[in-house]
Amino acid sequence: MILGKTVLTLGESAKAVGRYFVAAMAFSSSLAITSAMAAPAAEAVPAAGYTPMKPTPGIGMPVEGGIGLQQQYSKLGEYGEWIHDGVLMPIITVITLFVLLLIIIIAVRYNRRANPVASKTSHNTILEVVWTLVPVLILIGIAVPSIDLIAKQYKPAPKGALTIKVTGNQWFWTYGYPDNGDFEVVSNMLNLPGQPTINNGVREVGSKPWDGPSHLEVDNRMVVPVGEPIRLQITAADVIHSFAVPSLWFKLDAVPGRINEKVLLVEKPGVYYGQCSELCGAKHGYMPIAVEALPRAQYDAWVLTHAGGVIDGQKPAAVAASPAAPAAVATEAASEAPAADATAAATAE
Amino acid sequence: MATTVPEHFQGNVDHHAHSDHDHKPAFFARWFMSTNHKDIGTMYLIFAIFAGIIGGAFSGMMRVELAEPGIQYLDIFARWFGATNPDFNSTLHVWNVLITAHGLIMVFFMVMPAMIGGFGNWFVPLMIGAPDMAFPRMNNISFWLTVAGFISLLCSAFVPGGTGLGAGTGWTVYAPLSTSGSPGPAVDFGIFALHLAGAGSIMGAINFITTIFNMRAPGMTMHKMPLFVWSVLVTAFLLLLSLPVLAAAITMLLTDRNFGTTFFDPSGGGDPVLYQHLFWFFGHPEVYIMILPGFGIISQIVSTFSKKPVFGYLGMAYAMVAIGVVGFIVWAHHMYATGMSVNTKMYFTAATMVIAVPTGIKIFSWIATMWGGSVEFKSPMVWAIGFIFLFTVGGVTGVVLANGGVDDVLHDTYYVVAHFHYVLSLGAVTALFAGFYYWFPKMSGRMHSEFLAHVHFWIFFIGVNMIFFPMHFLGLQGMPRRYPDYAEAYQHWNHVATIGYMVMATSLVVWLINMIYAYTAGRKAEDSYWGEGATTLEWTLSSPPPYHQFETLPVIEEAAHH
Repeated sequence: MILGKTVLTLGESAKAVGRYFVAAMAFSSSLAITSAMAAPAAEAVPAAGYTPMKPTPGIGMPVEGGIGLQQQYSKLGEYGEWIHDGVLMPIITVITLFVLLLIIIIAVRYNRRANPVASKTSHNTILEVVWTLVPVLILIGIAVPSIDLIAKQYKPAPKGALTIKVTGNQWFWTYGYPDNGDFEVVSNMLNLPGQPTINNGVREVGSKPWDGPSHLEVDNRMVVPVGEPIRLQITAADVIHSFAVPSLWFKLDAVPGRINEKVLLVEKPGVYYGQCSELCGAKHGYMPIAVEALPRAQYDAWVLTHAGGVIDGQKPAAVAASPAAPAAVATEAASEAPAADATAAATAE
Repeated sequence: MATTVPEHFQGNVDHHAHSDHDHKPAFFARWFMSTNHKDIGTMYLIFAIFAGIIGGAFSGMMRVELAEPGIQYLDIFARWFGATNPDFNSTLHVWNVLITAHGLIMVFFMVMPAMIGGFGNWFVPLMIGAPDMAFPRMNNISFWLTVAGFISLLCSAFVPGGTGLGAGTGWTVYAPLSTSGSPGPAVDFGIFALHLAGAGSIMGAINFITTIFNMRAPGMTMHKMPLFVWSVLVTAFLLLLSLPVLAAAITMLLTDRNFGTTFFDPSGGGDPVLYQHLFWFFGHPEVYIMILPGFGIISQIVSTFSKKPVFGYLGMAYAMVAIGVVGFIVWAHHMYATGMSVNTKMYFTAATMVIAVPTGIKIFSWIATMWGGSVEFKSPMVWAIGFIFLFTVGGVTGVVLANGGVDDVLHDTYYVVAHFHYVLSLGAVTALFAGFYYWFPKMSGRMHSEFLAHVHFWIFFIGVNMIFFPMHFLGLQGMPRRYPDYAEAYQHWNHVATIGYMVMATSLVVWLINMIYAYTAGRKAEDSYWGEGATTLEWTLSSPPPYHQFETLPVIEEAAHH
């Protein structure tokens, strides 16, 4: 009975492995072609128009069979990646292997045959002090960079930074650009071939040359200028959503009645995908996020493709003065911004 | 009376007191109006197994849907729940119902009833030398309230809950998805289920605290109690302090839903994040409620099969107390992404990491207990060692997640799913099986097959690691939780996990066969079938113990020490 089940399982897994290799091969060949094309395609766009950028496979998105963090494209992300890969992972791996080693030693040396008479030791004060203090020291070692990372996360945006307003809805995102004429971009996931229609009036993924992976690509991306700090103000219209982009080390909940604010700084032009990360109802799995980072000139060109899009180095005073949002509850993050700044500065010194 | 028990036992027991033990009530009175802690414990265990099978079946339905990208089976499942011609939204809604039901069932109706209601009821009175629990009738109503809660939860699956049938809010029931986001009675049924189960648990907690404080046998001081009793005592306090907060939070949900209040609705001056604070003030102690009795079980088993007293007994007991206390001041690490202030985030990061210290003490003390011992690898011990390793893996990923800055990328991804299943599905459940094999012959009077128990362990161990280890990879790669569908890049490890589920399910078949074997062909269990290492009071009694035990209280001698 058990054997029968296992055989069935193995048959299925063989199929899956086959599929996996086919997918991996197709994927790697497309990588070779598109990585050569991606950058020129983006730069070739004339300043007057806008064509969505073709994403580079494996960048800003998960990779098939991947086992680590997505490659990071923000300063914060690089720091966080170092804390995870360089500090936390080695420590937890060593601790786990150490425990495993001790268990193996016990199995070999202290089994009933090897050690027929058990010792009666039940106390060793020095040992107990050591295994209390050593973890404390390890944790302090972790806490120093970890607390520093938190301080850096809360560094507020500089004066004059571009503000983008992100609103989570059931089940799509809208992106408002108050500094560029206050137009709004509605962003829906592209429909999946062979599946029921998810968003009416939206095309299928793969029908345009610049479409990224299924489940992650949207009809209208959130376009941002590359290399400059952007003030993201995040809220929600109905239930709680969460705006998350793994390759930019970014996750912040969209809470109705609150505005959460955080700086986004993308270091390299590209398309970076994320997904809603707080359960928000039936189509929670179908409201991805696509952030397209473009050089400033191309960003401006994109702005001009929108009705009411305005390019203005100076923020109009009226927009700066009035927060364009349902300011029912001021976010803690925003109100604490000066304190965060001070902490960050103190930590830096 | 004369002391006829071997010297290594903690107490001297009067065997003659058991001669009149067979005055059991008739069937209905015995099982439906029970006031006997062992019968109630048995009912809790049977109930937990039943609920576990349902909750486990739900996870199987989820894993088969996740085997490949796209939606393949949810439509069929929607029809199982009674939907006729479900549209795409109500098909997807079934997914949310599955994750909600799986979480609630496993937490409130499987792990808690088995650990506290089952093993706690059975062995706390036996281990402290008490004839029964302090409030036997309250014990009975605790159990039946849990059953009523479970029925209410099952009912919720068949009534409208917004976009489809059933409550699709996640086990956390976050507002406003659970208020304005889920019209229909399903969420009300779910909340009522939590109220009933919570009331049952609070009464159970009162019962355990009273029993442990007042009904210890003469000579059994607090510092002589077996560690399992300590673990249940700490757990009972956590229940008593945290469940009322949950009750308050979900009552506010009910009034927000039905009576026009706006506790969690910003349009009336409320705040959705307030709900999360209240929920996690309960929710974080809750995770220790699920694991602490497991710690106790593992301590008993490790000591028994190493033939050594537990290393650092006091450190072990007070480590659990410390975990319980610190567990109340770390709740907001579940909310790092909600937009909290920088100082709050730093505090919760630091406080959360502190928990690793007492947890480390426990892991190292178990290892030190085995060190120098004469270890017998009987089935409970193999499960216990499996627990120690798996809990270590789940513990260290907890240290990773404790860091608020790192949580920015891992929060609400499969990394979190992997972490809490390593400490619960692989930790608490492994501890439950360890305790089950340890005490099953004591409870039933029949020996199980050691061979099948070992086979069960190894298949289970391989299966659960296949399910949950790849989830770390998926989480690091960014796959969010609670998704019925995913990008193709996530397919490989999802498929491995689904195969792992089948392996794990196979191990449960072995377990069932073992139970059938025990009841049909298993040999009769002696009083102390694990031998000289088992020194707590339950081993001084027959297997199964008499219907009423310790009519003459055992006396714990000064010399008898763990």
